[in-house]
Amino acid sequence: MSFYSIVEHYQEFDFSQFFAGVSDNAVLRSLAKDTLSATDFLTLLSPKAGAHLEAMAQKAHRLTVQYFGRTIQLFIPLYISNYCANHCAYCGFNRQNSIVRRTLSIAEIEEEARAIAATGMRHVLFLTGESPQHTPIEYLVAASECLKRYFASVSMEIFPLDAVDYRRLQRAGVDGMTLFQETYDQEVYPRVHLAGRKTDYRCRLDAPARGAAAGFRQINIGALLGLGEPSRDIFFTGLHGRYLEDNYLDTEISISLPRFNDAEGNFQPNYLVNDRSFVQFMTALRLFLPRAGMTISTRESAGFRDRLMYLGATRYSAGSCTGVGGYVEGKVAGSRQFEITDNRSVAEVTSAIVAGGYQPVFKDWDAIA
Amino acid sequence: MTNDFLHLGNRAFGNRLFTGTGKFAANGLIPKMLKASGSQMITVALRRVDTTAHSENILSYIPPEVTLLPNTSGARNADEAVRIARIARAAGCGDFIKIEVITDMKYLMPDNLETLKATEILAGEGFIVLPYILPDLPLAKRLESAGAAAVMPLGAPIGSNRGLETQSLIALLIENCRVPVIVDAGIGRPSQAAAAMEMGAAAVLVNTAIATASDPEAMGRAFDLAVRAGRTAYLAELAEPSQVARASSPLTGFLSENASEF
Repeated sequence: MSFYSIVEHYQEFDFSQFFAGVSDNAVLRSLAKDTLSATDFLTLLSPKAGAHLEAMAQKAHRLTVQYFGRTIQLFIPLYISNYCANHCAYCGFNRQNSIVRRTLSIAEIEEEARAIAATGMRHVLFLTGESPQHTPIEYLVAASECLKRYFASVSMEIFPLDAVDYRRLQRAGVDGMTLFQETYDQEVYPRVHLAGRKTDYRCRLDAPARGAAAGFRQINIGALLGLGEPSRDIFFTGLHGRYLEDNYLDTEISISLPRFNDAEGNFQPNYLVNDRSFVQFMTALRLFLPRAGMTISTRESAGFRDRLMYLGATRYSAGSCTGVGGYVEGKVAGSRQFEITDNRSVAEVTSAIVAGGYQPVFKDWDAIA
Repeated sequence: MTNDFLHLGNRAFGNRLFTGTGKFAANGLIPKMLKASGSQMITVALRRVDTTAHSENILSYIPPEVTLLPNTSGARNADEAVRIARIARAAGCGDFIKIEVITDMKYLMPDNLETLKATEILAGEGFIVLPYILPDLPLAKRLESAGAAAVMPLGAPIGSNRGLETQSLIALLIENCRVPVIVDAGIGRPSQAAAAMEMGAAAVLVNTAIATASDPEAMGRAFDLAVRAGRTAYLAELAEPSQVARASSPLTGFLSENASEF
């Protein structure tokens, strides 16, 4: 059964009416449970639950320490290509933007890998736009094999693939994949994904399950908050996480909560998520999925990230450059996917985590295949 | 109790609290906790060990007198567990290996079948194998025959702090196994560790409850005391609990044969 049937199940559901009916007592009941149902989760996403944020935060903190300890796993993103055949209204890489396009050669990837490895980072996430013409599967396999020689863990954030190609990459040494649905709202989705393969909602929705079936150890999902109504997108993100947990028991699930900042293209999101709502979403997700990883990127500011450690976050990117070839060549003008807000170096992020009473973890995997 | 040692492989352990390296706020807390608790055996996930020296090496925080128990955390089948064990040995982590094969990320339940397969292979290669299992007596007996040095049944799911939820199943293992039974996972309080030792467990392994305490050093000491208390009580042979009261001054004592004053 595809996760799509669960999305469909809520097609006629009146979220506004549900939220309007939530009482303080209902929030307290959901908050007290060890195992939350979908209804409990939605209750904690309601405006009414906003008044119980401190209690949600306390419980989220306790559960996170229990299951993850006082640790933050670090990884670094590596952009290997920004060619893209999609037209996504919000993205700096979209094909309408006249930016400098580039795909790193395997030799260049190796140079980047050396530069990154020197910072002490042992987990890498490589990224591309969606252009099978510029980044065919053979290239991705070669890139994975190259990175595997430099890092303990190699993950990827690329376009959806079929089961066969996921399997090839898994065998080449990729152990995790990140893929954001961007929005689960089937009406908003086609309005922001205007052209290219990414217009296929179902293909993208089922990709994390295909990846889990192919044997990736870790699957990271998320919605780009601001496209659709945010509490609904978080609700479906949580349900998607639980669906994957239930169906692929041996796969570790993690969730990202990217929200808009100033990507290129002057896109105005439909919704803005403020810090308070962000924390409500993150703590509700922690209560609903106690063992799920929670990934926070450098889209978020240094000061805010330093606080999120206590609220459920388990994985941070650090020292990030969102341009292609950025680690060897330094700043790359005019071709980043999105603007990063936390500009600190790996060493600075590490110091801040230590100062906050947490342990930065650089290595938590071995490529034993 | 000076002669009360737990023998595993060619080592004798006077302290029956085994500890772990995960979840600490800083690796620097590990040697302090080891000193305070007296623990002589500590488990470390090989996936956390970085021998490239690019980042901090967790092994440098473990004093040489403490026995390293590398574990195969991250393995999803016997083959992966075997490969991790061989890497651990090649990396100088010694011959002890805790087999941890987990195919369920939701509850972190061990996969007993794959664990048995890995034990058969690794015991044959001279490893001192400590398999982490769901308490299942027939399986424990097969592990014994396969050459396991001990069995490590879980008290409750890893990190759950729920205590000895599997108590009656662990009791069967203690009663019937030749190899030591070490209760691993789920122990959240010193009193639960004491209870496991009172039952006759040979040792307990505690990580989360110590590592995530506000003061891991003090909590390590508390667990040490509890383990000693439970072990002492076990050796002193606990009185069996009874369904009826047994007063220290029996009311019917005067009815005995030589109560002749009436």
